[in-house]
Amino acid sequence: MTALSLMNRLLMAAITLVGVAVIVFVLLRVVPGDPIAMMISPGASEADIQALRAHYGLDASLPVQFAVWIKAVLMGDFGTSISLHRDVLSLLAERLPATLELAAAALVFAVVLGLGIAVIATLMARSRLAPVVDTLNGLFLAVPDFIWALALVLLFGVLFPVFPLSGRINPDVSQGFHTQFYLLESLFTLRFANLLDVSLHMIMPVLALGLPLASIITKVLKQALAEAMVQDYILLARLKGMSRLRLVMQEALRNAIGPTIALTGVQFTFLIGGTVIVERIFAYPGIGNMAIDAVINRDLPLIQGLVLVFGALFILVNLATDALVAWFNPRMEA
Amino acid sequence: MSEIATSAPRAAAKQKGHRTVMGAILTDPKVIIAGGFILLLVILAIFAPYIAPKDPLEQDLMLGTLPPVNGSGYEPGYYLGTDDLGRDVLSRLIYGTRIALTVAFVAAGLAALFGTVLGLIAGWYGGWPDAVISRLVEIWMAFPPVLLSILLVAVLGSGVHSVIAAIVIIDWTRFCRVIRAETMGQAKLDYVTAARTMGYPKLRILIREILPNVAPVLVALISLEMGIAVIVEAILSFVGLSVSSDTPTWGGMIAQGRQIIYQGWWVLTFPLIALFATVLAFNQLGDGLRRALDPVLQR
Repeated sequence: MTALSLMNRLLMAAITLVGVAVIVFVLLRVVPGDPIAMMISPGASEADIQALRAHYGLDASLPVQFAVWIKAVLMGDFGTSISLHRDVLSLLAERLPATLELAAAALVFAVVLGLGIAVIATLMARSRLAPVVDTLNGLFLAVPDFIWALALVLLFGVLFPVFPLSGRINPDVSQGFHTQFYLLESLFTLRFANLLDVSLHMIMPVLALGLPLASIITKVLKQALAEAMVQDYILLARLKGMSRLRLVMQEALRNAIGPTIALTGVQFTFLIGGTVIVERIFAYPGIGNMAIDAVINRDLPLIQGLVLVFGALFILVNLATDALVAWFNPRMEA
Repeated sequence: MSEIATSAPRAAAKQKGHRTVMGAILTDPKVIIAGGFILLLVILAIFAPYIAPKDPLEQDLMLGTLPPVNGSGYEPGYYLGTDDLGRDVLSRLIYGTRIALTVAFVAAGLAALFGTVLGLIAGWYGGWPDAVISRLVEIWMAFPPVLLSILLVAVLGSGVHSVIAAIVIIDWTRFCRVIRAETMGQAKLDYVTAARTMGYPKLRILIREILPNVAPVLVALISLEMGIAVIVEAILSFVGLSVSSDTPTWGGMIAQGRQIIYQGWWVLTFPLIALFATVLAFNQLGDGLRRALDPVLQR
């Protein structure tokens, strides 16, 4: 990617983020419910209500509220959560690492599994097992993360209770972390007991998020590989006596990977969206789980902060995808 | 005269292929099983009061968390057991089809209506209407569905109307994009040229000639969208943002079952199976219809 097109993309990303901010702000100011009404005790006087309204800046006009809000956001001040009575930025900073670790682990799992199955299926394309793989994958494509998560709850939480059903870490060992990146920190500080505990808590949510993505990657990559395998250069390499495994891994994969990466990028944003419900099911303390509580409690400052964080994540994923696609496909450089 | 104009794919299908199209639909086991299952759900939803063995709302704490048939402590008549409040799981499951199917049909229908109208206009008239609609779709799709649904439910409040509105507002673009492309493809075909040569008004050609020919794709899309709608409703019921908690919904039952998972696995399991089967049925039906109705895929 050239410097100019990179600048261009970054500029577009910034504009998109501002657009998200404006939409979020406007939408949430037309919310019918009064957030103040939910905070006051039944005997509060009118003066108390007004004071509270002023405290949260809800008494000014809309453009003024937006100007105040956007200026504060740019300075890193996301306001105070109405339901949790805490600084929104610190709440986000506390919860975001949990979601990032979960989404990243699910992505790695999905790519490894999807790639593996696609390559193996291509190697044994003529075997009798090939239609079985296709049918199974077709079935898997229809199962969304929500259903996976609950099926896993039944399977590994109740029927064979091998994995913890909820949370991110056993409370007994949660002390002594300096960052919120529990997985990475326990890995780098070589605390294997903690690493195991965190991993066990993550297995089911990672499976629920990763399996749908894995079946999509399998489908697309398998198709791209099948198309690549009938090209002339593959035939040439085969005539030269290259082994089938090397043929697929070295020649076909290189040419089939581009479209798969582009699609994986788009699907990864859906996976991040899926963390909302999957975190809820496993009581995993990430920003997705927090988003549902924020909506239930009509916690406007928190919702705004969360939507901006999600928006920024999606934009970053899209940028990274573009960069990767360009990296793997030199023809795009022009 | 109009025979010439309608000697289009549709007319061709009528003459030699109509029976085979119907035949293809009716001999595809996927379509029959999936369609039969959905028909069963529709019957359950309509006649729920006559079919359900118990009142889905009747609580009896003396009968709380009873296991299904064959479990120890099974109470005759409560075939799939009871939840922690002593409500009959089977009856709640049957009544739950009502919300699931209402959302599926209304949300998918409305999303299809808006998306198709805009897609037809954009694909047929081109020019500035196409430019406006296409930009709108692009902007819409840049907004991730989850963000949009969080925001919409926050703005609209909870309830089944909000769920339907959210699905329509988010998913009309799916229809618009596909129908626009289909319409543009059809507009290039000879039968449309013939109809134009005959001097038919543009709107008439769009509605009488092109619309019937994009209908197969539309039907398949609607079926897929219904599957999506059922899942979205279940998720929002699960987190308590759909209908009020005393109306039986599969998502609500699943949420309750998740809380008492160690006391009664059946409260979660049965609605989950119902949800999965329904989503799979809509998926397979859409897939089968698309294959059966698409002349290119059929060959």
